[in-house]
Amino acid sequence: VSELTIIAPSESVNICVVRCAVETYACRHGFSREEADQIGLAVNEAMANVIKHGYGGECDQRIHVTFSLIDSSSGAAKGLKVVIRDFGRQVDPECIRSRNLDDVRPGGLGVHLIRSVMDEVGYRQHDEGGMELTMIKYPTMA
Amino acid sequence: MMEFDHLIKENGPVRGVKVEGEKAEVDLSSDIDMNCSPIVREVLMELMLKQIPEIGIRLDNVSYMDSSGLATLVEALQKVKKYNGRLVLYNPQKRVQSVFEIAKLNQIFDIRKT
Repeated sequence: VSELTIIAPSESVNICVVRCAVETYACRHGFSREEADQIGLAVNEAMANVIKHGYGGECDQRIHVTFSLIDSSSGAAKGLKVVIRDFGRQVDPECIRSRNLDDVRPGGLGVHLIRSVMDEVGYRQHDEGGMELTMIKYPTMA
Repeated sequence: MMEFDHLIKENGPVRGVKVEGEKAEVDLSSDIDMNCSPIVREVLMELMLKQIPEIGIRLDNVSYMDSSGLATLVEALQKVKKYNGRLVLYNPQKRVQSVFEIAKLNQIFDIRKT
């Protein structure tokens, strides 16, 4: 019932629309403002990566973003799950890593930000092409 | 300053650019994300080309910044350092400050409150 899907064209101008939507969704479901901002940041970075790397900057492709609530392993708190599905270039999930932050240079921070703010992050190659990223965040104060 | 007027748009990310002697001040606003970062980069790169010794970037009105915004500022910092200049960031909002902290860039940049 609480699942919500947005299908966004792969233009950077749409990122903030989806980000604001997921932040509102998180706040409405008991996450703090700070946690909602973090979820929004992760969605922002993930969509930017899809546009840049998955679609090579093409703006006429689609990105499916689905938000839903899930039970934590203890069942004590509802986590927020975000699934980002694209239909672009497939990459080996093992190659999608945070980079060393001691190497100060522009770029490459997106995956680090995603992994830093979300509790669970998993990439997979979709059987029907493209990639699927699943991210979960649990509220701090359950 | 006239030469930057074309980059200053209503509701755009660059509210103003002041150059006085050896100092420049860039006033940013709104969201500095993948959509707006190229405009910010264009302004900063013009200032870097002039090798202005001290560049201040006001972040008071920046409500959001993503990794593309961070990358733009890191690139600017590296270019300023190459000609022994100084780049200072002023007054980031809590939300923006936290992105710097997650990326550990708060240890790299000179960030000040005025």
